Amino acid sequence: MATPSELTATEQRRRFESGEVSSVELTQACVDRVAAVDDRVGAFLRFDAEKALAQAAACDAARAEGKPLGPLAGVPVAVKDLFCQEGEITTCASKILENFRSPYDSTVVDRLKQAGAVLLGRTNMDEFAMGGSTENSAYQTSRNPWDLERSPGGSSGGAAACVAALEAPLSVGTDTGGSIRQPAGLCGVVGMKPTYGRVSRYGLVAFASSLDQAGPLARTVEDTALLYDALAGHDPRDSTSNPSPAEPCAPTVNEPLKGLKVGVVPEHFAEGLDDEVRAAVEAAIETYRGLGAETVEVDLPHAKYGVATYYVIAPCEASSNLSRYDGVHYGHRTDEAAMLAQLEAERKAALASGDAEAADAIDTALVRLYRQSRSEGFGPEVKRRIMLGAYALSAGYYDAYYLKALKVRRLIRQDYDRAFEKVDLIAGPVTAAPAFKLGELSEDPLSMYLVDLYTVSANLAGLPAISLPCGKSKAGLPIGMQLMAPPLAEEKLLRGARMYEQATDWHQPTPDL
Amino acid sequence: MTADYTTIIGLEVHVQLATRSKLFCACSTTYGAEPNTQVCPVCLGLPGALPVLNREAVRLAIETGVALNLEIPEFTKWDRKQYFYPDLPKGYQTSQFDLPITQHGYLEIADPGGAFEPKRIRILRAHLEEDAGKSTHDESKAGGDSLIDLNRTGTPLLEIVSEPDLRSAAEAKAYLSELKLLLTYLGVSDCNMQEGSLRVDANVNLHIDEGTAAVDGAKPTATPIVEVKNLNSFRGVERAIEYEAQRQWREWQETRRKIGDFPKQTRGWDDAAGVTRAQRHKEESSDYRYFPCPDLEPVTITPERVDEVRAQMAELPAALRTRLESDFGLPLYDADVIVNQGRGVADYFLSVAAATGDGKQTANWITQHVLRTMNAQEVSLDELGLPADRLAGLIKKIADGELPSARSRETFDLMVEKNLSVDGAMAELGIEAVDESELEGLCQELLAANPKIVADVQGGNDKAVGALIGQAKKKNPNADPGKVRAICLGLIAKM
Repeated sequence: MATPSELTATEQRRRFESGEVSSVELTQACVDRVAAVDDRVGAFLRFDAEKALAQAAACDAARAEGKPLGPLAGVPVAVKDLFCQEGEITTCASKILENFRSPYDSTVVDRLKQAGAVLLGRTNMDEFAMGGSTENSAYQTSRNPWDLERSPGGSSGGAAACVAALEAPLSVGTDTGGSIRQPAGLCGVVGMKPTYGRVSRYGLVAFASSLDQAGPLARTVEDTALLYDALAGHDPRDSTSNPSPAEPCAPTVNEPLKGLKVGVVPEHFAEGLDDEVRAAVEAAIETYRGLGAETVEVDLPHAKYGVATYYVIAPCEASSNLSRYDGVHYGHRTDEAAMLAQLEAERKAALASGDAEAADAIDTALVRLYRQSRSEGFGPEVKRRIMLGAYALSAGYYDAYYLKALKVRRLIRQDYDRAFEKVDLIAGPVTAAPAFKLGELSEDPLSMYLVDLYTVSANLAGLPAISLPCGKSKAGLPIGMQLMAPPLAEEKLLRGARMYEQATDWHQPTPDL
Repeated sequence: MTADYTTIIGLEVHVQLATRSKLFCACSTTYGAEPNTQVCPVCLGLPGALPVLNREAVRLAIETGVALNLEIPEFTKWDRKQYFYPDLPKGYQTSQFDLPITQHGYLEIADPGGAFEPKRIRILRAHLEEDAGKSTHDESKAGGDSLIDLNRTGTPLLEIVSEPDLRSAAEAKAYLSELKLLLTYLGVSDCNMQEGSLRVDANVNLHIDEGTAAVDGAKPTATPIVEVKNLNSFRGVERAIEYEAQRQWREWQETRRKIGDFPKQTRGWDDAAGVTRAQRHKEESSDYRYFPCPDLEPVTITPERVDEVRAQMAELPAALRTRLESDFGLPLYDADVIVNQGRGVADYFLSVAAATGDGKQTANWITQHVLRTMNAQEVSLDELGLPADRLAGLIKKIADGELPSARSRETFDLMVEKNLSVDGAMAELGIEAVDESELEGLCQELLAANPKIVADVQGGNDKAVGALIGQAKKKNPNADPGKVRAICLGLIAKM
């Protein structure tokens, strides 16, 4: 019989409700697994076993008292370290928020609590969710459970790795350009980016507000639906939250779609795609045909501008969103005494040399406080994107970059609108290749940006999309398939994904650790 | 060479809107609370916090737009204005850049004193934005800490930007007075300058006629524009403009520096010293990197919505002035005095006039006695303690002849002093209406005792009867002088 760690979340929830297993047992299994493997995987930034077990005990007590049980009652869930949680440190894997203890709950955390979940701990990520390998974390490198020399992807690398490594049955990540789907694909788990605005961004530390979307990671599509249902819905505290009610997906997820039309984009199979990935995704599409689906070729003429558009819009928003981290109200502040002494010395030296211009160019104490606090607090990738964004937004470049990018973004969205007039879902690869080696891309920002090639368009267009396992490379690395759907068609997306999952067993194996 | 100049003035007025909560969160906007007690994750700019628009602020902006004859486009959006300052917790101010909620209107100003011709001041735009916090710096230069209070952060402001149509400090003051009056009539803002609910920046420069303009139609020479900040009283605005005009005139004569030679300068107004002072250029930024705020949906305002707001709007000062002239027969001067006192006094007038049915008398009483007493005692109308029905009672008693007008002033004063009704005050003063027959008897008595006066009147000198009035009052203090005069003249005529 499967150990509690090996059970799916759906099964854990069922057994908890029926009394076959206690939440403490389920949580203890996670605690034990984290103790056994996380020094190698590095998925968690902070993990408080005692607190998690106390919550689990409270779940058990609630069940014993016959209280109504939430949809995630007793089930452990890990969250990416960018969801504010009252009383907990929320660092976004950045030095600048090293000591930031949030005084409030994000809506995601609030909903998990409402659903009865046990909050296991905080997962590692690229700093401020910028990156595709989790190597940009200021604190630690996470590793791919299938090959510890390789990256779990990013930015939700910790969130994907902890699920793949059976440290948590469920986790919540965020996806700004592919940050849930790409690590899910590289770690062989399921990850979904819901429609923009379907899950509240309130309390989610912003990277690029118009693209950020929180979503579930799990080992199966069924579990993904379970967690998605707990998270989705309108939130009056987020003005961009979709006002329509979110219909639950878990009740119908096992019903296959009849008369399914699957769209295939020829450009997705063009140059640059790894042969093993191509073969696996083509085989997956063949599987759909075998299940009675019709495949239809669709054209997305502006998709090729996706990465360029994304790397204008996302840094622009990021440069603005991150300006609040200035060392004044909270977060990292430079050593003021040392800073003031340094300023004084510079001023004296400049005056002694008789160089009035140099003396005049010396920062005021306030400007130096900002400059130094931010220099010390942000890592190189975050600085790079702040600079890119500040440049693109500055007078004279705004029209050429930001405004142009917004126009292309609209064209990309129109491409999808047209495509979805013909098909229900679009299927293709998640990443061009299986997991890369740690350090392999981190010295080359541009090649790292290209890992988002297949995923960014869904963010630019605000569409729901899911990544699910569809094969293994010869080296034993997971290969993922991406499905995209029209806005708010999460139910269709999950049923379509589940139908494939039920027909195959790529989601079954777990890594040897 | 002779040269003369015209002062060109444009005003930017920041008005704090009278909403109960902030522009993007539910925190209170009450003035004077302990520092940093009216704050939440949203106005503190904590990681992850998101703004939610206050619909009431939008309604108030629409009202103001209608009142200032502004266009109200169907589509408006929010932009971020980026700059670093410790009292700006997010590192940007949520404001409106290229698509403000209202634009292109005007406000009419006039001066009954005749200091300038009535004119229309164009308004470029009035947009919504959030306020920043408040920094308190250690002025001793002892290196003390700067303190930051974020209570004010996120308070809704309407920034009303005029075109440079004002030509003197007097016009600027008239514009501000009329604007303040209009906003307080609407209830859009309390415009309390001490509490910072109305703050003014003035853009000032000179157009210098070097004697060539008339000849070849060339444009006059313009001096570089100066933006004077921190103006927190109307008097300050007037003084700063006058100072700045003279300073720029002197500077022009020394430097001949023209607009374009020199960028727009920011100067602060030092009210105590009565001078403007240049502010450091480093503290400004010419590039705010405005871009649409991705956390807020654009706002759609339908014409129906505007009509709805318009239908529920209070009467504006200009319309009320006209109505006081046409419906109540008041001279423009009186109408102006009453309306300019603000909504409270205007409403008071309307209540009293409705009760007495005599607008002119009501206006006289309010402009002469009520306002005089308020000023002398330095109290508001509410604090004066003379409800409209009481003043109406007084005016009616006079009209009905029950209160001699000679004694009305002391009755009024006692009503105010002791918080009495007109009847109560009259009783305390022992004023009773004198019976007509009793008065006639008194007059006959006086005429009999003063044959010389009778003869004088019969000789055509009606004024001579005046001497009898004093005597009548001595015998009966309640005797109405007018009636005494009329009765005496009547009796003499019958002799």
